[in-house]
Amino acid sequence: MGEKRQFEVKALTRVEGEGRLYVRVNGMTVEHVELNIYEPPRFFESFLRGREVREAPDITARICGICPVAYQMSACHALEKALRITVTPEIRLLRRILYCGEWIESHALHMHLLHAPDFLGYESGITMAADHREVVERGLRMKKIGNNLLAVLGGRAIHPINVTVGGFYRAPRRGELKALLPELEWGLAAAVETVRLVAGFDFPAFEQPYECVSLRHENEYPMNEGRVVSSSGLDIAVDEYESNFEERHISHSTALHSVMLPESKPYLVGPLSRVNLCLEQLPPTARREAETCGVAWPSRNNFHSIVARGIEVVAAFEEAVRIVGQYHAEPVVSRVEYTPRPGEGCHATEAPRGLIYHRYRIGDDGLIADATIIPPTSQNQGQIEDDLRQFVPTVLQYDDAEATRRCEQMIRNYDPCISCSTHFLKLTIDRKGE
Amino acid sequence: MSKISEQHATGSTSKPTLAVFKFASCYGCQLSLLDAEDELLAIAHQIEIAYFLEARTRALEGPYDIGLVEGSITTEHDAERIREIRRQCRFLVTIGACATAGGIQALRNWSDVGEFIQQVYATPGYISTLATSTAITDHVPVDFELRGCPINTAQLVELITSLLIGRTPRVPNYSVCIECKLRGTVCVAVAQGISCLGPVTQAGCGAICPSFNRECFGCYGPQELANVTSLCERYEERGEPRDHLVRLVRNFNGYAPAFRAAGDALEEESHG
Repeated sequence: MGEKRQFEVKALTRVEGEGRLYVRVNGMTVEHVELNIYEPPRFFESFLRGREVREAPDITARICGICPVAYQMSACHALEKALRITVTPEIRLLRRILYCGEWIESHALHMHLLHAPDFLGYESGITMAADHREVVERGLRMKKIGNNLLAVLGGRAIHPINVTVGGFYRAPRRGELKALLPELEWGLAAAVETVRLVAGFDFPAFEQPYECVSLRHENEYPMNEGRVVSSSGLDIAVDEYESNFEERHISHSTALHSVMLPESKPYLVGPLSRVNLCLEQLPPTARREAETCGVAWPSRNNFHSIVARGIEVVAAFEEAVRIVGQYHAEPVVSRVEYTPRPGEGCHATEAPRGLIYHRYRIGDDGLIADATIIPPTSQNQGQIEDDLRQFVPTVLQYDDAEATRRCEQMIRNYDPCISCSTHFLKLTIDRKGE
Repeated sequence: MSKISEQHATGSTSKPTLAVFKFASCYGCQLSLLDAEDELLAIAHQIEIAYFLEARTRALEGPYDIGLVEGSITTEHDAERIREIRRQCRFLVTIGACATAGGIQALRNWSDVGEFIQQVYATPGYISTLATSTAITDHVPVDFELRGCPINTAQLVELITSLLIGRTPRVPNYSVCIECKLRGTVCVAVAQGISCLGPVTQAGCGAICPSFNRECFGCYGPQELANVTSLCERYEERGEPRDHLVRLVRNFNGYAPAFRAAGDALEEESHG
């Protein structure tokens, strides 16, 4: 008879939001894996009902303080489709730099302060700073540049106020954006250094047959637009998302997982999927780093996600430098006007953590009648649990503390954003009975 | 205000300790601490960051000198947890609109939560939640509050610094209007006829929204003694639909008493 062991991480740390992991093994067999979210339920989709179209970016931003732009962008695009309006090319470019700012701040924080400590053997970026101060300071400076970009475009870094359906309340002034160029150029070089650093980390050999899913755009690395593609060849318009993916109850205690149809299999969204599926669309410097960093793409090892994140920071700086460099004059039109009218629209964009899907229906009164929001972490949850089932047997040789630490590190590959729980929180289980 | 570093909760002579706690929230206000990119390592040098799950794995046991609380109370378990946290913290500070006024989650306070659960969740039986989202101060005494959705990083650094050296934090309690004047923004309510909450909202953001040609929508909550109802009446007189005004005051700080009263009064008039 095998030895029975249990691991419990009562509070996952260095992730955004609050969750708990429970694993039960019998000898070398993993009997049960559970990733529980004990964030209290939040009712954003209900709050949106009866609100004005123009309020959607302000309200959905509050779903997540770390990736508000992802919510704002998906909401704006989906509502613009419902209203049947199209933004100008100038607005499109400004949105792209705004998104670059969010990728930079979010990825820089996760890589340098939350995830690198796992690979270098520290409990936090704060402790790590004692021995690797230059790495932590570089990460903080990159993060600050991302935040400054968000502030110029969006008014502030957390819950930007300048994003609206149809465009921006006011276009950034030329001088304000141009003033960021020297720091953006520094950031590009710094991001290259970080890619080289993290590519040299020691990665557990943990290959999985992932079904990678991301947006893909013909001419650019995906942020605001693209078709939904996957590693097994799915290639659909965003309108068809809900007929190809579904959220399901697996059992009473393991909550809802997003699955890909028709096989009902888990899938992976986020940086690794994007680099795997959109390598050719990376801008030149990012592409060069991807090809020379020593990781062979496509990679089936999600521990490489930290490298993918680094490559994406290079890409985001590179894009920001390019677009800011072209910003010679403020656009005449900063937002396309509209009159609220009934309609329905859906859209997906690429949040730092992966694909984020929104659908809205506007009622006869011109107010939001219905909203559906599917954040990236709810899509990854099934995959995280699948990974754990495969990963736990590889760490059973260690004592509980070390095995637990390694499991947490694996979960951090996903940079899970548990706060982003909109109806992800369908997963919340009443724990009072326990 | 006594200097927090002179006598620690732990009774030791080591650095004062800081703990960060999360309730129903988006993580944005805690993130504001990590957004102090230039000060973070210096702060970590002066203060023992003893409990901050989103940033570090090591968690020290209480008691703590300073407790920062993000988020509102929406479950019975959390209502219990905040009482224990109060016992553990010498100086308890709420950070942000959720902790200070119930936040956006308080929109449920005007609705039937049972209906929300049916709308959003597939298996309503698994959902454990209270009918209301309430501020921390409705449950335990709070020593200081930082307003905002999100809070301002500079105000957070000011708060921590003040506690370290033993003076009252310099956090303005005038209205957003003053900040517009300070930055030279032409009044959007007067010049563009926009219904703006700036006159009744506490300063702290730097009056960002009017500088981007839009209304203040009250992220920092009602300013002390503000007559919100009177301002809304004025906007209504010049043609703003009442239901728009109800939505304007009823968002991230909608359950703060002055905004709540104004929104309820407007709604009552339209129904009565």
